Amino acid sequence: MAAVTTSAERSLNKLAIVGVLIVTIIFLAPIYWIASTAFKPRNLATTIPPTVVFQPEISPFVKLFTKRSQLRTAPTPEQYAAAPWWERLVFDGGEKVVRSGRGEVQWSGYPSRFMNSLIVAITSTILAVGMGTFTAYGFSRFKIKGEQDLLFFILSTRMLPPVVVAIPMFLMYRAVGLNDTHWGLIILYTAFNLSFSVWLMKGFMDEIPKEYEEAALVDGYTRMEAFFKIVLPEAATGIAATAVFCFITAWNEYAFALIMTNRRAQTAPPFIPSQVGSGLSDWTVIAAGTFLFLLPVAIFTFLLRNHLLRGMSFGAIRK
Amino acid sequence: MATAVMTTLDPKSRSAARGMSDLTIRNLFIIPTIVFLIVFNIFPLLYSLGYSFTDFRASSAAPATFVGLQNYRELLNDPFIWSNFAITAKYVIVSVVGQVIVGFGVALLLNRDIPLKGLLTTLLLLPMMLSMAVVGLFWKLLYDPSFGIINYTLGLGSFEWLSNPDMALYAVAITDIWMWSPFVMLLSLAGLSAVPKHLYEAAAIDRAGSFYTFFRITLPLVAPILMIAIIFRTMEAFKTFDLAYILTSQPTTEVISIRLYKMAFQEWQTGRSCALAYIVLIMILAITNIYVKYLNKVKER
Repeated sequence: MAAVTTSAERSLNKLAIVGVLIVTIIFLAPIYWIASTAFKPRNLATTIPPTVVFQPEISPFVKLFTKRSQLRTAPTPEQYAAAPWWERLVFDGGEKVVRSGRGEVQWSGYPSRFMNSLIVAITSTILAVGMGTFTAYGFSRFKIKGEQDLLFFILSTRMLPPVVVAIPMFLMYRAVGLNDTHWGLIILYTAFNLSFSVWLMKGFMDEIPKEYEEAALVDGYTRMEAFFKIVLPEAATGIAATAVFCFITAWNEYAFALIMTNRRAQTAPPFIPSQVGSGLSDWTVIAAGTFLFLLPVAIFTFLLRNHLLRGMSFGAIRK
Repeated sequence: MATAVMTTLDPKSRSAARGMSDLTIRNLFIIPTIVFLIVFNIFPLLYSLGYSFTDFRASSAAPATFVGLQNYRELLNDPFIWSNFAITAKYVIVSVVGQVIVGFGVALLLNRDIPLKGLLTTLLLLPMMLSMAVVGLFWKLLYDPSFGIINYTLGLGSFEWLSNPDMALYAVAITDIWMWSPFVMLLSLAGLSAVPKHLYEAAAIDRAGSFYTFFRITLPLVAPILMIAIIFRTMEAFKTFDLAYILTSQPTTEVISIRLYKMAFQEWQTGRSCALAYIVLIMILAITNIYVKYLNKVKER
């Protein structure tokens, strides 16, 4: 009897392994496809049948960062020989790098959008996690009248659909000149992430035994000293995990950025899709931009893997 | 939820004399956050509540005129708005049901003795961490009727996904299912691994069939966590904007957020859009309320 069950179990398990592998391949195929398109020569990006095996190229990334125009006439051999390696790659693709009157290479719109994304995401993360940590400690350690209602209030601000909040914010920002500025987005993202950071950090704070601080208080520490010297170091992992979640949310955000920015402070999510034109768009360059943009999040996902469950459920489910 | 008792300091103790009182610290830690959220979330909503009773247009210099409940009355009697809600409801149902089936299914597979389980789980979780806007963009490449790999792999020839009014909403939902099934999977896995092993052993001794074991042991015990996943995804799918907006511009995919966006920022009917925003807001708050009640119930166990 027992032997039969185990062999049945074993074959079931083998089936499950095959199933998981198939599902993993299907789930990763879209990501693989966009990543591989970022390294394709332009003429292989949209072939029928799709090109799977090819000689990887770096030229989409060169094109991503530079402003280019169509070559009317082929470059002379001298021009070609004088050009640096990356400019030759652009020549090979039938385009030339646009230079200013003084011969400086003109950048495309991508690097500044990427920088804007970094500035906005990092600043709003620091603010949201900073304030969130203090508030979470307050909720975790002190008696607060109507604590549940306050926590519900904090959570509900996060649940508002971005477009609903964006309409009045747009009008208010227009009145005070915050439209299309970094600070405009930073404030919105901080508000958005703050509620998340309070909820998540409260979970982490609840797990730190309050006897630690009590011992410190008895030893003559003030409450503040105990908070900074005992609680914060204990909460370091939680703070780091919360920060990464906030960063990813701000980094990925689209609707606010679409509505509130158009050029100077525009972040990458509204910019990258705007590069897709009709038919003529160079998918290798779009894929390169997408690849660079997704890379930090992919790395963070691996770093966060043990906290994903808690983070994605607002700290509701812990393990 | 654990209620932490405030540690009271002996007022004559050294630390009490040197430092701030706990009450001050509590206020210092909590009030700024509450104020920040009120200023940047609640105040704007009050501001738009005011505009929702006017015919204000942000694109014109004309001052707002008070029109009372006219915006609300017109919106609630507008069949086009109701069709936007119907599209949203269809989208929510298709994508959440899809996510539960795929996500829970994969969780059941992963809940066995799988080599490299940790790595595979992390890889499977990748889609939900990505930017919806950018995901929408590259699924456009995948869905392309002439050179997209989806048509090629499935042998569909030049099947139109996104420019076909009957298919576009499903195409958006499929992308959403790809992105968010991992979320349901993640929560289901947590639920599944919490089911006590001895229950299965007892069922095996009683020679219970796998069908019976699944419906009488696994499902009831995972249900609370699965329910959290479902409510959470319902809320998010109801708010969906990025994916549908980027993937297609078919009228059949105009979910309520897109209608709201167009009304506010393309047609510049600011007053009317504020009223619609309030209608949406009330629906969202209702779902959030259910969600939080449920969370607290699950947490208490």
